[in-house]
Amino acid sequence: MTLVTVLLVAGALVGIGVWGALAQQSFVMLMMGIELMVNGAILAAAGFWAHAGDGGPKGQVLVIVAMAVMAVEMAIGFALVAAVYRARQADLTEDIGSLKG
Amino acid sequence: MIDVAFVVFAVAAVVSGYRVFATDSMVRASFLLLASFLNVGAILVLLLAEYLGIALLFMMTVEMVVMALFMVMFMMNPAGLNPMVMVHQPRLAAAAGVAATVGIGVVAVVAEFPDAPVETGRDTIAELGAELLGPSMLVFESAGVTLLATMVCAVILSSARGRYGDGYEGSLAPPLEPGGDHRPEDDLVDAEGGDEHAGQGGHG
Repeated sequence: MTLVTVLLVAGALVGIGVWGALAQQSFVMLMMGIELMVNGAILAAAGFWAHAGDGGPKGQVLVIVAMAVMAVEMAIGFALVAAVYRARQADLTEDIGSLKG
Repeated sequence: MIDVAFVVFAVAAVVSGYRVFATDSMVRASFLLLASFLNVGAILVLLLAEYLGIALLFMMTVEMVVMALFMVMFMMNPAGLNPMVMVHQPRLAAAAGVAATVGIGVVAVVAEFPDAPVETGRDTIAELGAELLGPSMLVFESAGVTLLATMVCAVILSSARGRYGDGYEGSLAPPLEPGGDHRPEDDLVDAEGGDEHAGQGGHG
């Protein structure tokens, strides 16, 4: 378990997240792609902390910030999905092609 | 031993992450995403970030159960009973994903990183606690306030009722010039036709 292998796994997770977020039509699935990207970012940050950060605690603080970002993204994302669905009955990205409303 | 465990967790994390977008049922997808997060949490524990690994585990378990509820609400293809295409621009998306993976992989292999691993036996959890409640207090507090603002925003955004009644009651578009007439065509919700949503929902 070296830094390179950890980063390769993180890169694979980010790549899968990019693929999912771009390919999926449903808002909720799109958000799962974003979650997967943050997942990879957390893994990469923890890898850097463990292998290249001299073990200082500030690296772990970065991971905590990434986890807070993930919680915010999920809460605001679901609230937006609910609001868009109420206004437009839309749960697919194609349904809100225009910005009005 | 640690290397074997790392390979197992890494393969499980990537495979379950891939299966998220390859399965038909969106509930299964959310639990597969949970599996991916749990495996990443296990890798974090292997990396000696025990606190973060366990925190990720607990946080993601709760978050994915909530996500499964939303999946049921917005499910397009329950239990694979309604075969359909849930993707668009698949080639572009796959190319972007491969490009991201290859790009990060190349950087990971080519770049030189400092070799300064955590010494085993170091009490990283105590250090993290002292850091969070000491020098990095501002970061910690900012995250807390951000989460509070998030809660307020989420409630406002998803609330069915606003200050003036229905959630979109007060959403009248302002007139173009001061004191001008309100233009109904600018409203967020179409006034005529009663249920403005009829017929345009669904999934084709």
